[in-house]
Amino acid sequence: MELFSAQAVSKQYATHKALDKVSITVSDSHIFGLLGPNGAGKTTLIRIINQIIAPDEGELFFMGRKLQPNDITRIGYLPEERGLYKKMTVGDQAMYLAQLKGLSHSEAHKRLKYWFGKFEIQAWWNKKVEELSKGMQQKIQFLITIIHEPKLLIFDEPFSGFDPINANMMKEEILALKEKGATIIFSTHNMASVEELCDDIALIDRSRVILSGSVRDIKKTFRTNTFGISYNTYEEALQAILPSEFQVLSESRDTDHRHALIKLPAEATPNDLIKAMLPSVTIYAVNEKIPDMNDIFIQAVTRQSSQPVTAE
Amino acid sequence: MNKILLIIRREYLTRVKKRSFIVMTILGPLLMAATIIVPVYLATRTDEVKTVAVLDETGIFYQKFKDSDNIKFHYIVSDIATAKANFSKTDDHALLYIPKTEVTLPTNAILYSEKSVNIDVKSYIKNVMTKQIEDMKLQARLTELQTDKKEPVSVDDILRSIKTSVDINTMKIGAGGEESKSYTELNMVLGMFSGILIYFFIFMFGALVMRGVIEEKTSRIVEVIISSVRPFQLMMGKIIGVGMVGLTQFLLWVVLTFAIVTVVTSTMSSGNITHSATEQIMKQKENMPPAVSQAMTRDDSSGGGMNEVMEAINSVNFPVMIGSFIFFFLFGYLLYAALFAAIGGAVDSEADTQQFMFPITIPLILSIVMAQYIIRDPDGPVSFWFSIFPLTSPVIMMIRIPFGVPYGEVVLSMVLLLLGFLGTTWFAAKVYRTGILMYGKKVSYREIWKWIKYK
Repeated sequence: MELFSAQAVSKQYATHKALDKVSITVSDSHIFGLLGPNGAGKTTLIRIINQIIAPDEGELFFMGRKLQPNDITRIGYLPEERGLYKKMTVGDQAMYLAQLKGLSHSEAHKRLKYWFGKFEIQAWWNKKVEELSKGMQQKIQFLITIIHEPKLLIFDEPFSGFDPINANMMKEEILALKEKGATIIFSTHNMASVEELCDDIALIDRSRVILSGSVRDIKKTFRTNTFGISYNTYEEALQAILPSEFQVLSESRDTDHRHALIKLPAEATPNDLIKAMLPSVTIYAVNEKIPDMNDIFIQAVTRQSSQPVTAE
Repeated sequence: MNKILLIIRREYLTRVKKRSFIVMTILGPLLMAATIIVPVYLATRTDEVKTVAVLDETGIFYQKFKDSDNIKFHYIVSDIATAKANFSKTDDHALLYIPKTEVTLPTNAILYSEKSVNIDVKSYIKNVMTKQIEDMKLQARLTELQTDKKEPVSVDDILRSIKTSVDINTMKIGAGGEESKSYTELNMVLGMFSGILIYFFIFMFGALVMRGVIEEKTSRIVEVIISSVRPFQLMMGKIIGVGMVGLTQFLLWVVLTFAIVTVVTSTMSSGNITHSATEQIMKQKENMPPAVSQAMTRDDSSGGGMNEVMEAINSVNFPVMIGSFIFFFLFGYLLYAALFAAIGGAVDSEADTQQFMFPITIPLILSIVMAQYIIRDPDGPVSFWFSIFPLTSPVIMMIRIPFGVPYGEVVLSMVLLLLGFLGTTWFAAKVYRTGILMYGKKVSYREIWKWIKYK
């Protein structure tokens, strides 16, 4: 089910087109990755979703109807450029920001007390923000983002500046929020976290969506029919026993086995590979090399033909 | 709407709780009280006896000016030209010239002096003259009533008919005998004071708005906030919040200054010249019907140097003055604060503000520089245009108002200021909205021009 969608959204700055007819669809209770190199237009799109800036063209739909100004109380946003008032105490600040999101004074207080308890940071309540470390501040920012229990959460580069332990904690919190029914838009360069967390993605490059769909489907379309094989008892170059259209990409060995990466022609199957090798070698393992998101990202962006690829 | 109140509340509370605010609130009145008290104190402390030569062509004031510890009067018989020519040869502090009048009682006098005339001397002379003329009028009225034997007339009517205002012009007289009008007029002081007050208020609290915006930008909290509220709400909330901080401080200053001045002057008052002078008048009043003396007390209430302000207040249209002061004070601030907010939004740090501060501070500084000129010619074309133009009108109009400005001009100036405020706020909102999301970019005027055109 669709929770949010942007349809043919364009935004023009004086000389530069930040978004060119960008459409994305975010399904309910999914984690949606918004990917793209720097300056591709991700932040512009996120700001449009948060109604910080207005699009020149295109429409936005949220929970089955047009996005409305008071929907900001149902959206939580953790910007990439984020901070807190340095001279204000943590508690005052959290109360202020929670109330700006539409919570009443008592409700804000109740929920903050709960979350401060959960994160075991009650002792920070009366501290000034400038007394806290950067990681601590990030925790508070995260907490403020989710305090009004929004239906849609938007995280722009959430893991930048986190140490691995805190980053992991964040990941778990994000997954827990998804379990509870929140939908998450997640913008990042960190492809490992995309693979771990995202259900669907859209890749934006030079103001356009050049790739979108579910992570699984996209990976499938980027399959290259390449297999890794582990074998033994054969010391010569592998190409000698394989048909010439089977392309050996690399060979290596460790203490137990020899390994090779072989690209098969489009019509061939792993069985053909095994058949060809069986007479000469002992096979221990065969597995398909599916490209990871990092490869896909680089491939998609560097591919000069800017034809949009869609895997639906 | 609720959100803008939250913003105003935060802006207000965080600033009012700051130590610097509390320190300023206490130091300000001490300094202001000192600037009021010290000159009065020094003036009353001089042991030097001042002599005033009186050239009274009317003859009614002969022997009416009483000598006191510090002022002595002597009467000369001469014509004014010779008296002025001889003045520099004498040791006299001032020459009081009361010109002859044909039909009416004299209400004008000229006080010639080489230096500026002591306020006490001037107010004493004024009091004595007013008193004398009013006595004479009262006398005439009473005899008239006795002879006519008509219906009884109310005390208020009598008081109104004898009410007199005496003008004393002070002229500086050079060693060579040439003269020039000296500008110690009291409405000038009032005009300058309110003009300068507005100037300082705009600068201090405008800069505070700007710093607040920069703080939000450098601490990177701004994007978090504008995902909850419109940038315009954030900007206006800040401007209003800071403005209320300013008003709070201003009110505290007025109250505290007034309190300090009252306490200090009342403790140091006993036996000084001002009082001996006013006491004399008070004694004379005791012979009058109580209602009369009461009515007169209103005019020359006690308090040495404060007389000057009191006189000005009497000569000025009080409701217009206060009403327009509040208007120009508030809208002048709002207009400039919006511009300051725009600057804060456009830059990354306070160091970058210089190039944009320039065009904003120019009209303000120009207003203060022009003040001297405006005072000399408050109704001239230059004064008119400066008091109409919204960027200079808050200061210049306030300087002009004590001299009396046609209502039409005041209203025109107010309307233009209101339009100016709407215009700058519209402009500032556009710049602010785009600027606060720009990090690490050196902004030029051209860039800002582009921002204004964004949807």
